[in-house]
Amino acid sequence: MSSNYAFRKFKNRLFFFLCLFCVVVAIVPLLSILYEVILRGAPQLSLKFLTANALQGGIGPAIQGTLIMIGLTSVIGIPVGILSGVYLAEFGNNKYASALRTVHNVLTEFPSIVVGITAFSIVVVGIIGTYSPLAGAVALSFILIPIVARTTEESLKLVPDSIREASLALGVHRWRTILSVVLPTARSGLITGTLLAVARIAGETAPLLFTILGNSYFFQGFNQPMDALPIRIFLDSRQPSVEVQAQGWSAALVLILIVLSLSISVRLASRGRFTR
Amino acid sequence: MIVKMTGDKAFKVVAAIVAASAAIILLVTSYVLVTGSSLVLGRFGFGFLTGTSWNPVVGREAFGVLPYILGTLVTSGIALIIGVPLSLGIAIFLVEMSPKGVRVPLSYLVELLAAVPSVIYGLWGLFVLRFWTQNYIETPINNYLGWIPIFSGTPFGLDIFTAGIILAIMIIPTVASVSREVISAVPNSIREGAYSIGATKWEVIRHWVLSYARSGIFGAVILGLGRAVGETMAVTMVIGNAIGPNAMPTSLFRPGQTLPSLIANGFIESATPLETSAFVGAGLILLLVSLFINVIAHIMVTRVLKVKGGAVE
Repeated sequence: MSSNYAFRKFKNRLFFFLCLFCVVVAIVPLLSILYEVILRGAPQLSLKFLTANALQGGIGPAIQGTLIMIGLTSVIGIPVGILSGVYLAEFGNNKYASALRTVHNVLTEFPSIVVGITAFSIVVVGIIGTYSPLAGAVALSFILIPIVARTTEESLKLVPDSIREASLALGVHRWRTILSVVLPTARSGLITGTLLAVARIAGETAPLLFTILGNSYFFQGFNQPMDALPIRIFLDSRQPSVEVQAQGWSAALVLILIVLSLSISVRLASRGRFTR
Repeated sequence: MIVKMTGDKAFKVVAAIVAASAAIILLVTSYVLVTGSSLVLGRFGFGFLTGTSWNPVVGREAFGVLPYILGTLVTSGIALIIGVPLSLGIAIFLVEMSPKGVRVPLSYLVELLAAVPSVIYGLWGLFVLRFWTQNYIETPINNYLGWIPIFSGTPFGLDIFTAGIILAIMIIPTVASVSREVISAVPNSIREGAYSIGATKWEVIRHWVLSYARSGIFGAVILGLGRAVGETMAVTMVIGNAIGPNAMPTSLFRPGQTLPSLIANGFIESATPLETSAFVGAGLILLLVSLFINVIAHIMVTRVLKVKGGAVE
């Protein structure tokens, strides 16, 4: 600590501006990404572009594929994730549960490419024998489940015990209390957490490379490769043709609209309850 | 009575079994990676870790992942060197300095960085950031300091340095939000005590708040490291994808390769069982590294957050 007061005041101001500078530096890439995606992606957008297949220069199959992936993954992952979260929150006061909690935490930070290898080996090679939307959904659920479980646990912990006790005192069974009283009370937190998790998996690419592979045509069955927006962006970015690259930017615009509208609306609706 | 007991018991047992799904995912993944890589590990043994060549031609096969391990470490290192000071500045600004009105909008903006899919970071890196780094950073440094080996080569923009920069941007939301949490967990009495002996705001932050939150911030940094190590698409799109001995990270301004980008590029096209096994082996190493990093990070972070009231985790 310097003894010179003026110098200390100066240092104080200097670091204020340095920290402000850090915030600005972090926001520049965000604004640049949004700017470039709109600038390069918007001109090609048209109804035909959004509905035509890739051979006709559209991204219809990619949009359809992403919606199918979101749907399938939600069907597999959300019930499992929520029930896991219920167990951790309501019965989680033992060693088994705290071990599981650690596993969930670790799984949340798993490299997604490794999940792709797992789904490829188990589903694509082992069970179905071809690339399949189901394999992609399995891979994405592996990512979705731990996130949903964790947010479910956190939301259920916010439900006051008095509500549980009131229900139990009326003679309602424990399981009935959880399903009919605790879960509805925590509803807004559950919806927030689940939608954020869905937004996260909607943009995942790496696990899809080995499982649904990409396709120029619309959905062709559960034993055929399928397209998705992230894969379309990746493949288009590697093409030398400027037109195809521009299609990649438009696909990116559509994807970022889906993902950001999910997360922004959720954050506005939850009004800072989940400030993470 | 019996029905009541079994109903509750059954629900608990079912929930416990479903909750085990995460453990099953972890076990299945480990099993797949270990059995899948047994072929290449049996053939090359320890040489798989120390080898530098990648030759799938039948009869002359050689698989070593050393360049990709080093590539992963170097890009993640750059990400930490650049990303951590920025994230700390952001966390400090948001908790200690920012005016009340802009705090919430600013933290939303920083968190939006986490919502952008990594393939879009990759796209932006490939068509925008690449030219920024090439023209404004790499070429000037290379002109004046090109005689230093790590700055040698012909700056092209698609290289280890750009991959490190994009990783730095991608870890900012993680490191900043966890640091913000641990800094807010520092009790106000610490700050008040420091102010009362005449410290300036910066001195309070520097000497008291940061040292109190040290271990939690360390955990945040490790979490960021975990994210950087496992990041796939953005890196794959900007790192230049060198293979074999050429992928050794000798210069920041040359193309490289990380473990995830290696797998993303080649796994699908692998021609022989041995090559497939080599990619799975790279995945196994990646998994071990990331497990190790994350377990350490969670221990560090929970230790600090527990101080606040024990209810955080």
